[in-house]
Amino acid sequence: MYKSTLVQLSTALESKKISSEELIRLYIERCNKHNNSLNCFITITEEEALKKARQADKKRASGDYNLLTGIPIAQKDIFCTSGTKTTCGSKMLDNFIAPYDATLIKKMNNAGLIMLGKTNMDEFAMGSSNETSFYGPVKNPWDESRVPGGSSGGSASAVAARLSPAATGTDTGGSIRQPSSFCGITGLKPTYGRVSRYGMVAFASSLDQGGPMTQTAEDAALIMNIIAGFDEHDSTSTEKPTDNYTEKLNNSIKGLKIGLPKQYFDENLDNNVAEVIENGLKELEKLGAKCVDVELPHTELSIPAYYVVAPAECSSNLSRYDGVRFGHRCKEPKDLSDLYCRSRQEGFGKEVKRRIMTGTYVLSAGYYDAYYIKAQKIRQIISNDFKNVFKNVDIIAGPTTTGVAFKLNEKLNDPISMYLSDLYTVSVNLAGLPAISVPSGFINKLPVGMQLIGNYFQESLLMNVAHQYQKVTDWHQKIPQAYE
Amino acid sequence: MSIDKSEVEKIAWLTRLAIDKEDIANYCNELTDIVNLMEQMNSVDTTDIAPLAHPINLFSRLRIDKVTETDQRENFQENTVETKDGYYLVPKVID
Repeated sequence: MYKSTLVQLSTALESKKISSEELIRLYIERCNKHNNSLNCFITITEEEALKKARQADKKRASGDYNLLTGIPIAQKDIFCTSGTKTTCGSKMLDNFIAPYDATLIKKMNNAGLIMLGKTNMDEFAMGSSNETSFYGPVKNPWDESRVPGGSSGGSASAVAARLSPAATGTDTGGSIRQPSSFCGITGLKPTYGRVSRYGMVAFASSLDQGGPMTQTAEDAALIMNIIAGFDEHDSTSTEKPTDNYTEKLNNSIKGLKIGLPKQYFDENLDNNVAEVIENGLKELEKLGAKCVDVELPHTELSIPAYYVVAPAECSSNLSRYDGVRFGHRCKEPKDLSDLYCRSRQEGFGKEVKRRIMTGTYVLSAGYYDAYYIKAQKIRQIISNDFKNVFKNVDIIAGPTTTGVAFKLNEKLNDPISMYLSDLYTVSVNLAGLPAISVPSGFINKLPVGMQLIGNYFQESLLMNVAHQYQKVTDWHQKIPQAYE
Repeated sequence: MSIDKSEVEKIAWLTRLAIDKEDIANYCNELTDIVNLMEQMNSVDTTDIAPLAHPINLFSRLRIDKVTETDQRENFQENTVETKDGYYLVPKVID
């Protein structure tokens, strides 16, 4: 049963093969058994989940239920959950219990999904390896000496090891797609503004976007049907109507035009990964798609532009952590300045401090134009590059990452090398586009993800292509042996 | 471009972050590396390009001027260390 997708679990509950309580017990047991080694959960909400499962069973018996009522899900610990602590992977919020639910959480609760727990993540979502978490690194279930990717590493690891059938993530520079690729699951970053950011702890507000991390594109579509949509509590939420994301999954992709950016297949890309992606593209061609070469000439500049914009916004957003109203407060402050300075010193970890310092620098007098405005101009150029390409193609395809999951500690003390590994993901956030990572093969038993990038609000098309691909491949069904 | 000790101390003060003396050299090196990475942006002439602050064209929404939130002071203050009479307590600012 633990190998089931959301669609299969829904059918099992509908046909009364299993009750929600039995289902939650099964997953909680797996979580408790494997969390010591994987460290993918910061909090496991066993009691609350079982209580909700019993309520879900009653609802199902009474006929008052939804498609996913009584099905478990893991929530990234960046989403505020009233009554359960929300740490964002930081000592700063180790004692924080949000007084309200994030919109995404509220929507999932209303749909009947049951939270198994809060998943581990890079501190304040800043990291590509899940090693910056105050709660320790998460392990990759395919090889526990390797990172699961980040920042949504706990969610990716939990779904890959089937400790949860699905999870949520957030993606500011690749934090859904890169861990999905490293762990062999499906992860969708929706268009900026499609999913509410209300109650999602802010990192870089013009880039952050929440989305589903699932086994299949079909499951991602089910989750999108719940979480997408306008929210008056988020000033950047779009009023554009949502699609029915499951409706187009079975459309034929015959005649689909796929753009392959030359810059995604150059010397930065590992040869073995290139081969896996080329095989994936051949499958799409067999389904009737046509591949053409395209140019995204400023791809390499997306890294410096991103690492100006994201830290700038982070330094501004994280100024709220002053030790006064919530979060860590230092002991016996001498005066108000000491309260601010030491609370922040003690509460933030190394990478967060590095980004706050970087962001403060680029926003400070004398450097603002040279770095921050320059980065915003590069952002415009990158966004225009995508717009030009989408005049001629339906989607863009390429690798999600330059290589497979790297070793724990391999890049931890070399921030630049860690930043460069985000080459194929950050430009999508700068432009605000939707993109999905789909399991497409293995190199030495380590998963590789193919990235499909869509035009604005084309999530349905991305999930349609991914679903058609998953109907003719079985990479997404592979489970690491130790968790079988 | 390199970032020196006084610059690091200035930035830390601007962002109200206490840093240990022994970490300053590290910050100098790391921030210098990061700034050098940023310098790559200068390879492109951006004279006539408009800065893009936000990916989607948005406008500020207005709402009816009506109370929609309830007072939850006690609930919110559960997350802080010290309060008195409904106020947040901090070290004395004025003598």
